[in-house]
Amino acid sequence: MFEAILLTVITASTPLVIAALGELVTERAGVLNLGVEGMMIMGAVCAFAVTQISGSPYVGLFAGILGGGIFSLLFGFLTLTLVANQVATGLALTILGLGLSGQIGEAFVGQPGIKLQPIVFPLLSDIPFFGRVLFSQDLTFYFSIGLVIGINWFLFKSRTGLKMRAIGDNHASAHALGINVIRTRYLAVMFGGACAGLAGAQLSLVYTPQWVENMSAGRGWIALALVVFASWRPWRVLAGGYLFGAVTIGQLHAQAFGIGIPSQFLSALPYAATIVVLIIISHNRRTTLINTPASLGKPFVPDR
Amino acid sequence: MKKLIIALAASAALLGGFSTGAQAQEKKKVCFIYVGSRTDGGWTQAHDLGRQQLDKALGAKVETPFLENVPEGPDAERAIERMARSGCSLVFTTSFGFMDATVKVAAKFPDVKFEHATGFKAAPNLATYNSRFYEGRYIQGQIAAKMSKKGVAGYIASFPIPEVVMGINAFELGAKSVNPNFKLKVVWANTWFDPGKEADAAKALIDQGVDILTQHTDTTAPMQVAAERGILAFGQASDMIAAGPKTQLTAIVDTWGAYYIKRTQALLDGTWKSEQIWDGLKDGILTMAPYTNMPDDVKAMAEETEAKIKSGELHPFTGPINKQDGSAWLKAGEKADDGTLLGMNFYVEGVDDKLPK
Repeated sequence: MFEAILLTVITASTPLVIAALGELVTERAGVLNLGVEGMMIMGAVCAFAVTQISGSPYVGLFAGILGGGIFSLLFGFLTLTLVANQVATGLALTILGLGLSGQIGEAFVGQPGIKLQPIVFPLLSDIPFFGRVLFSQDLTFYFSIGLVIGINWFLFKSRTGLKMRAIGDNHASAHALGINVIRTRYLAVMFGGACAGLAGAQLSLVYTPQWVENMSAGRGWIALALVVFASWRPWRVLAGGYLFGAVTIGQLHAQAFGIGIPSQFLSALPYAATIVVLIIISHNRRTTLINTPASLGKPFVPDR
Repeated sequence: MKKLIIALAASAALLGGFSTGAQAQEKKKVCFIYVGSRTDGGWTQAHDLGRQQLDKALGAKVETPFLENVPEGPDAERAIERMARSGCSLVFTTSFGFMDATVKVAAKFPDVKFEHATGFKAAPNLATYNSRFYEGRYIQGQIAAKMSKKGVAGYIASFPIPEVVMGINAFELGAKSVNPNFKLKVVWANTWFDPGKEADAAKALIDQGVDILTQHTDTTAPMQVAAERGILAFGQASDMIAAGPKTQLTAIVDTWGAYYIKRTQALLDGTWKSEQIWDGLKDGILTMAPYTNMPDDVKAMAEETEAKIKSGELHPFTGPINKQDGSAWLKAGEKADDGTLLGMNFYVEGVDDKLPK
């Protein structure tokens, strides 16, 4: 029973974790991209469409990553090259993504999808409990764990990561030191877009292998909130994503079990849990300030 | 030369504008407000099919503009008002949650006719129309009781409104008419449309041991999960057989087309008046998708029940029926009146859930 619940939690949490990790990198570079929902749904539709055409969910997965990445370039061009307002552009990106994906996906509505099959590690998957949970998952789950480790190393152990964080904290100083602010930010935005695209691909290939308009149903916004919730630390994104997923799935099980608590209250639980954790985290104002990229959302124009 | 081209283009545009303007005056606008996407594979798609049938039948006399993905809430009022202002003669608002917004806008535009689906508030220029979905749910309950090995079905519900509660009760009553000990587990998703969440709810119910699934939400995600886990399920609002060719037992299919044509014709004839219409299987406003993936005797039973409901011989809410707490509701032979059904806020005996208030 516990294993079954955990498997559902993993499926529900993985897209949140992946999208939030991408946004985390973007924000660490000092760019606030509120268009996660739009990039996610673009990833979902690209992944589904290409899977249907090519017959291979792996090609579809790649198309999802590419779709999200390319779509985020639009945001990059507007906010980094043309220095448009990041908040407004991000919101516009979400609305555009929702509309455009509906247009692209119209031909694919109602088609039964092809599910991305799990990759079962020989031997390791035979371990009781852990084998089923950790070593018999689809590629997106392994990706999500790999991303946490990789991004954590990149941000806090590598020289390029240090430079990127410097840009996020003070782009003027970083620029004066000769770091290419705009180029780095472009890459960070694209990484965020690619991750959101991958998260979207997980939705249309693993979570619910089908395409319907608006199928992301607000998960991009939850991913955005997760980044703040995690105070811009990759491991906390993982923990936060799984906490959110666990409470969401747990409440459905509580209902099916007939526990007798009003369902509206149970539905609000994931959000209530998020608020409680936020209060606990923000209790120590100093650590929050240290982790928050100081230049987040501020426009940058190189002086010369 | 360049000037000439511009002048030509301008006059062409002007002429074009005039001709469409003239057409618009002749044609009446019959407008639709959708809560979801018209390709959702469920509720909204069924309404849009109805609109397309209307377009086909009366396209020479009416235009049928629509707004989709209109959220229930303050936005709905703005959307409906926009439609009313844009010259619509008749506006169909197709979700329960549009009720209060429709009432407000209808009061502001006394010359525009409104029709609200599944609600219960009317006005001289506001009619309501509904379908007796519960008749289909009763048949589904009977099939579930025959097909379930464990005697437990799972029900994915959206919001605790009378419409949904009525469906749950009808399903349970149908099931109990076959197997008096049949249990029904209910999970409230608190959404009409979220494939992920609907799939999660389906998984939770299956993990807790149900082997038949039914849903009152809008996407095919639960059907897909049922297919993957190898259990049986019922479709909702549209025929969902494509999502589960070996899974779907039947589906309640909403067929609004005939109704939309009838009411638009009444508008054109000048005979439209505010009514509270509640049609059922016999009127063809809902139909049952083909009975599939079941043995012949179950199919025969379902067809017989369907025929009895159509002829009026069987009313799903006929006593003796007890409420969930065991207190008496209907005496033997007594039939529930429409008012009670439309305001239904209690479970019947056997539903294994606490009704959210």
